[in-house]
Amino acid sequence: MSQVTRRELAQGVWLRTVHTNKFKSSYLSVTFLVPLEEETASENALIPYVLRRGTAACPDLESLSARLDSCYGGSVEPVVRKKGETQCLGFVAGFLDDAYTLEGESVLEQAIPLVGELLLDPVRERGRFRSAYVKGERDNMVDRIRSQINDKRRYALMRLGSLMCQGEDYGVDRLGDEARTAAVTPDSLWQRYQELLRSAWVEIYYCGSAEPERVEQLLRRALAPLLEQGQRSFPACQVRAHGAQPPRYEVEQMDVTQGKLALGFRTGGLTCWSPEFPALLLCNAVFGGSTLSKLFLNVRERLSLCYYASSMLEKMKGLVLVSSGIEFDKVDTAREEILAQLDAIRAGQVEDGELEGARRSLISAYRATLDSQSQLEEYWLGQAAAGMEVEPQQLAALLEGVTLEQVRQAAEKLELDTVYFLTGLEE
Amino acid sequence: MERLEFPRVGEEMYRHVLDNGLTVFVFPKPEYQKSYAFFATCYGGMDLRFEKDGVEHETPAGVAHFLEHKMFDTPQGNALQTLAEGGASPNAFTSNDITGYYFESTDHFEDNLRVLLSFVSVPYFTQESVDKEQGIIGQEIGMIEDNPDWKVLSNLLAALYRSHPIRVSVAGSVESISHITADTLYACHRAFYHPANMVLCVAGNVDPERVAAIAAEVLHGEGGTPAVADQGQPEPEGAEQTYVEQAMAVAGPVFQIGVKGDVPPYGGEGLKLELLGDLACEMLLGSSSPLYAKLYRRGLINRGFTYGCQITRGAAFLAAGGESKNPKAVCRAVLEEAERIGREGLDEELWQRVKKGVYGARVRGLNTFENLCIGQAQSFFYGGNLLDFPQWFQEISRQDVEELIGRWVTEERTALSVIKPKEVTA
Repeated sequence: MSQVTRRELAQGVWLRTVHTNKFKSSYLSVTFLVPLEEETASENALIPYVLRRGTAACPDLESLSARLDSCYGGSVEPVVRKKGETQCLGFVAGFLDDAYTLEGESVLEQAIPLVGELLLDPVRERGRFRSAYVKGERDNMVDRIRSQINDKRRYALMRLGSLMCQGEDYGVDRLGDEARTAAVTPDSLWQRYQELLRSAWVEIYYCGSAEPERVEQLLRRALAPLLEQGQRSFPACQVRAHGAQPPRYEVEQMDVTQGKLALGFRTGGLTCWSPEFPALLLCNAVFGGSTLSKLFLNVRERLSLCYYASSMLEKMKGLVLVSSGIEFDKVDTAREEILAQLDAIRAGQVEDGELEGARRSLISAYRATLDSQSQLEEYWLGQAAAGMEVEPQQLAALLEGVTLEQVRQAAEKLELDTVYFLTGLEE
Repeated sequence: MERLEFPRVGEEMYRHVLDNGLTVFVFPKPEYQKSYAFFATCYGGMDLRFEKDGVEHETPAGVAHFLEHKMFDTPQGNALQTLAEGGASPNAFTSNDITGYYFESTDHFEDNLRVLLSFVSVPYFTQESVDKEQGIIGQEIGMIEDNPDWKVLSNLLAALYRSHPIRVSVAGSVESISHITADTLYACHRAFYHPANMVLCVAGNVDPERVAAIAAEVLHGEGGTPAVADQGQPEPEGAEQTYVEQAMAVAGPVFQIGVKGDVPPYGGEGLKLELLGDLACEMLLGSSSPLYAKLYRRGLINRGFTYGCQITRGAAFLAAGGESKNPKAVCRAVLEEAERIGREGLDEELWQRVKKGVYGARVRGLNTFENLCIGQAQSFFYGGNLLDFPQWFQEISRQDVEELIGRWVTEERTALSVIKPKEVTA
């Protein structure tokens, strides 16, 4: 069994540990939580990538790789995520558990200091980041932002989110934007980095076989400078309850074979903080969140209107986003059918099998979270960003009690806000 | 059941061959919430031509994948739905050489296992449902055609190989699948979905004896012997084409460099060759190699650069790629580096480090049931065991890696596939 602890190492710096022997690796993440804002998002997103280029002790990729290889192929990846209107940036690291080393070495004693160096002791040039690294990673980031267009399914969802929340912080992409990224300089980035070190909320996560005390001790040493300074505040999220009146429609043309239709709904103010949250979760699962959902069974299977149709819930911002892949000329039928499925839930037309199936699949997914180090980390970061402390098993238990009437009421609250359609070029 | 222990990686595996011919592997994991079952046939997108009971069959491209979709149909409705109602999350995939069906669930594992074994082994197609599926798969093909990562790899394989069917797209084309009928599907099912041509791998909080008993109860071994697929004419050593490109709606060039390897031996030796190929990639262009650092510094590759070796029946190849402003320069640098290694050999210290790193990453990979079960299924179809890899790490020497790089990574055996941007918006 695993045991979860959470402790404050310094004001605004928290450590969560999941103590368990069931994995062959230890999983560690250190994440800065900051408000997602247009002005700072691009620089924030760039920082972990620049940090990953070199430390004072290992100033280039070769020497960093050598350190990681001697930790049995450990990985330390820069990660930028978005939870509601919080930008979460930092490192996610995986290392071999001590039990599986060939000569009984302890990996964690090498790994945690390395992560600490990567975060806090970058190789410097004239008192700030090395300019070649800033330039290199800036170019890579511009490419990364541009190539978001390559994955059309994700691109459509991203466009939907930014159109829907234009003028709201949620409308800012997790990576920021191309123009602001291209304008970053070594000096401006260094200033932003210092600001992060001083003011960002910090969430540290460890999952593995080491005793929490041992982990804490190693982290206190490796992150000492971070614990000694700082006035850290917790980022908030603005919720807009109602959809645009009338809903917005946007069509974009591109040279693609398959169309992408995406619909965004506001949840009438229901979020992870509402008492009705379990009902909203189940409502989304019935609508488009599982293979038993109305979108999957009706729009895809019964009517063959699309290859995929699903919905996802942004629990902090209060959004339900539907995404589907369709033939260009099916757009009107598909959109109407998607809305008709939501109306069916509102009218209480949900069969027992649909409701129970959705409930079982959600509960099963929450319980299975405990079996995956990466999913568990993602789950706990989501809780941390929302300022919540609900264990997956607790959420599973709450879902057991949700009634059809509560699901129906949650569906009643959804308001269509924006429709986005990615279509082909006209011949 | 036979119990095998792999103490170095902390695993135990139960193995049993049932009377109906099916081989069952179970990895008990009492400390986990979920259980996972993977039921697969040694039949994939490349098995287009085969012989069954003395009769030759030539089938349209995409039939294995089409069959995978249609297997979920049952006289009672849809197995996907039945499994989901049992709280399972089911899915399936078709690769070049296998078709696998799987689910994970935290409750009712045994009921769900029965459903899985039953719907995969009992075919039920009507011409009407086959016609309808043409539309759905047509959409899926449309989606794949828009996916640059998929296109760049399938173009690469078509460039590397002259006749090995690995060069044919697993999904086929809208045209090729239009020739598929209910009869085609029945014939292919009869040919390849025989228990003796299949494997069941289970991991989780389960009793191995119960798993075997359920499989024995649900599956029967009718239908004679499985078919034998044909992999075409012997391949020439060199790449069929050295360069192939296509324009798509992408932001910057996407590329894959492919190196055609020798035909791999069957059995553990083949799997060891795959590890050797992976290690060769690490030493030649992996994230610890001098070449990687150089290309990264020059802005020619980014963190999305991936690489590895793949073996299948009758073919082995190395592939490396991602996004680059100048794929040709990357390809040239790789060939030059291979030449340098041929002259100067590999650095011993780097070799020891990389070997340790790759070993650790492989052990960590065993954390997921998918890797464990799918990996064991693939290894079994190839005549070996996934968890024998610690032994191979001991056996493979630096000289083996140098030799493989020297023999394989040459201009003649190398192909470059590029997806270049075309006007993105109207």
